[in-house]
Amino acid sequence: MRAVWPHLPALQVVIPLLGAAVVAFMRRGAHAFALALTLTWAMPVIAIALLWQTLTGGPISYHLGGWEPPWGIEYRIDALNGFVLVLVSAVSAVMMPYAHRSIAREVEERKQAWFYCMYLLCLCGLLGITITGDAFNAFVFLEISSLSTYVLIALGHDRRALLAAFQYLIMGTIGATFYVIGVGLLYLMTGSLNLADMAARLGPMWDENARTAIAALAFITVGVSLKLALFPLHVWLPNAYAYAPSWATAFLSATATKVAVYLLVRYVFSVFGAALDIGALPITEIIIALSLAAMFIASFIAVFETHLKRMLAYSSVGQIGYITLGIGLANQSGLTGGLVHLVNHAVMKAALFLAAGAVFYRIGTVRLEQLAGLGRRMPLTVAAFAVAGFGLVGAPGTAGFISKWYLAVGALEPGWWWLVFLIVGSSLLALVYVGRVLEVTCLREPGPELAKASDPPLAMLAPLLLFAAATVYFGFDTEWTAGIAGTAAKALLAGLR
Amino acid sequence: MTPAPDILLLSAILVPFLGALIIPLFHRRPNLREAVTIITALALGASVLGLLAPTLAGLRPRVQIIEVLPGLALAFEVEPLGMLFALVASLLWVVNSIYSIGYMRSNEEPRQTGYYVCFAIALGSTMGVAFAKNLFTLFLFYEVLTISTYPLVTHHRDAEAMRAGRLYLIMLLGASLVLFLPAIVATWVLAGTVDFVSGGVLGGKASGPLIALLLGLYLFGVGKAAVMPLHFWLPAAMVAPTPVSALLHAVAVVKAGVFTIAKLAFYTFGLDTLSAPGVSGWAVYLASACIVAASLIALTRGNLKARLAYSTVSQLAYVVLGAVIASPLALSGSGMHIVMHAFGKITLFFCAGAIYVAHHKTEIAELDGIGRLMPVTMLAFFVASLSIIGLPPLGGTWSKWMLALAAVDRGYMVAVAALMLSSLLNVFYLLSIVARAFFLPPAGAAAGAPVKIAEAPLACLIPLSLTALASAALFFIPDRIEALLLRLFAGS
Repeated sequence: MRAVWPHLPALQVVIPLLGAAVVAFMRRGAHAFALALTLTWAMPVIAIALLWQTLTGGPISYHLGGWEPPWGIEYRIDALNGFVLVLVSAVSAVMMPYAHRSIAREVEERKQAWFYCMYLLCLCGLLGITITGDAFNAFVFLEISSLSTYVLIALGHDRRALLAAFQYLIMGTIGATFYVIGVGLLYLMTGSLNLADMAARLGPMWDENARTAIAALAFITVGVSLKLALFPLHVWLPNAYAYAPSWATAFLSATATKVAVYLLVRYVFSVFGAALDIGALPITEIIIALSLAAMFIASFIAVFETHLKRMLAYSSVGQIGYITLGIGLANQSGLTGGLVHLVNHAVMKAALFLAAGAVFYRIGTVRLEQLAGLGRRMPLTVAAFAVAGFGLVGAPGTAGFISKWYLAVGALEPGWWWLVFLIVGSSLLALVYVGRVLEVTCLREPGPELAKASDPPLAMLAPLLLFAAATVYFGFDTEWTAGIAGTAAKALLAGLR
Repeated sequence: MTPAPDILLLSAILVPFLGALIIPLFHRRPNLREAVTIITALALGASVLGLLAPTLAGLRPRVQIIEVLPGLALAFEVEPLGMLFALVASLLWVVNSIYSIGYMRSNEEPRQTGYYVCFAIALGSTMGVAFAKNLFTLFLFYEVLTISTYPLVTHHRDAEAMRAGRLYLIMLLGASLVLFLPAIVATWVLAGTVDFVSGGVLGGKASGPLIALLLGLYLFGVGKAAVMPLHFWLPAAMVAPTPVSALLHAVAVVKAGVFTIAKLAFYTFGLDTLSAPGVSGWAVYLASACIVAASLIALTRGNLKARLAYSTVSQLAYVVLGAVIASPLALSGSGMHIVMHAFGKITLFFCAGAIYVAHHKTEIAELDGIGRLMPVTMLAFFVASLSIIGLPPLGGTWSKWMLALAAVDRGYMVAVAALMLSSLLNVFYLLSIVARAFFLPPAGAAAGAPVKIAEAPLACLIPLSLTALASAALFFIPDRIEALLLRLFAGS
């Protein structure tokens, strides 16, 4: 144990990477699943150990291969990315048992092992982006996660999944290219790829290189925003989420966009924010404007969607708007609200997509008009959907309320009443699209085609109910969500110049 | 030996929710299922009654469950205003449960298990609203109350019920999310707390116009108070079975709204802050206008329950009026009116339901001579009408008296005029029904010919007689209620 302890940062990434390599040689889906499950369950143990170390002893710096930064790759963990590591790994671990049955239903037998291989690669990529303190290393992991995501989406049972994956491939590649151009510009100016080192060197040389630096910021922001589906760069997301295997959708919605948001926060606050007065650039205003557009336009589209997964996908775009709004507010309460919504939205959306997956597992469709009276046949599934749905609305007693509370306080601190009303106004749209589903499923009588439907097997039901319960739990006990988010926000704001 | 007050407080909150968990277990045994409801209601009533003595003695039992955010807790505290509201709601739930059994069985209503479950949850959240120690807790249970009553409004599941349900949800949840929540956040940012503190927390924390704006957000955000023009959900909600209209849409839900306004006036704004020049004057005129306008609309409604609903809108504005006049006397009048109107209006709804059960009549034009067929019911209707109008010797007299006195005190002559005018309109729209019932011959029968008495079942008849008698009895014990309300001002 003592020998392993200092190398936990490396293990966090290496374990899923090696696991993916092993799974690639497996033929049986069940074997692949068993290995993926074991490795996934190891992830939160490491992540929690790392977070605990940072909260008690300050940031951890791990030098990969023993090379000193800024020449070698540094893994650097502070409260913020420790928090994101726990989020990604814990959410994956909780939803993993669900995968077996669901994937067996939606993916052909001979492709199932591939699915788990790609999943492990994707997990490795996401954890890698989060843990690394190196700009180019982050790019490598970004590509690992993106490439494996394209495959995960293309494995969907519907032929439209291929088109969705291709669409995402194009957009994702553009995003990655933009990101690497931005990193290239930064490297040109500073001669460094280490994020902390970059920030330190960027400050003094800002005046003579302002144009290049702003161009770098623009490229990186656009590139990362494509990955996190910030409106209007979200067009790949609805189709990808709608046609990917249900479990993959739940996994991606809860983790992939969140990691991309983390990367944006890292660049805006820790690199550029530490190098110059971020208030002098219009970046926060742009982020706020786009966030508001996402909150209203995407949620409005969701109101009219009749495909449950597409509806939830548009809802995701809208909810990401809340997260980025917190980033744009850039004050203690607002940023805490945005960061805590990373977790809260992950938990709620996981529950919602898993519920949609359970519906598909039982009745083979998620079209709203065919779900009439489903509450009678799948009561627990629909109940979990309702709880998480009210979370999206921001009803008090759910996690969503906590996020909105912080965001609203953050908006009111500079006296922006109009923003408070926009924040709460957009939750009305969520009320409409969630309410519509509940009205159809709970208040109509089930038709004969639903006669045999029932709640899914325990392995699927348990993760679903756990996420729904977490939606309520995090609405009351916020020590581990808002508490840590607040610590991370404080550190980020303190690092600003 | 009575249990400790904080145990009683916890049980008052938890018992209804516990009942809601047990009721579905007896889905196939209706008699046992209803027994669970009655036992739950009795247990709740006992818990709340047990809290009365400590509250009268000046104690404020409190319980904190969890601190959600620093300074923001899920916590409960018994104070006089909440005590009064909880007492009314919990005692009337016992009566209403008996009435429900008579009504739901006679009409062979579907989905009765769900009905009783939602009812229990609604009462539990009403207790949560009544005993909330801060705005967060109040807001939480306020929303649960809305959501738990939605299935009751849409009970019949037909197109009309669904439309009404949508309006109900959008208006109540919508107003609370868009106006109420920002007001709470603003209170938090301005005052640094959302706790209910005697004397208010906003005094000196913001300018007059900002306080007036906050008051506006609260008045309209608390949609359950049905301040015009955000009242449309209430008449629409009348599609629900009549016991729902009786207990929830004449007592628990709407009173939760006006109770919240009264509580905000005293514990968040503070009466002094609110009655400062230029803060609440506009609201006094708004409430006066509501009182008259809703009464006028009630006159035009031919459907019995719709007329009663508009009467409720008007009467709720009385309570709001007392809260925004913001003097100790006016606030006591508001508290008093919560009680008096509850007993009067629930009786009227019980009568409307009894008429429907016995004769399937819903329109006032069909009620010719119904008093001869149902003498007890219509007598109760008459008594309750007098209480709503505010005539002695019935309970409604006192609250109207106090409100009018307080209005004169503060020089709001418009409000006094509105109160008087409304009483007159009440006479028209309520007593015309009584007159029609007793003085006109039943349809198809000759004047003076003997008719056979056909009352609703006893399970309906007894509750409505009890509440009518209570309306009369309340005339003689205003001092008891006042003693409780005076405790409000003892601490501040």
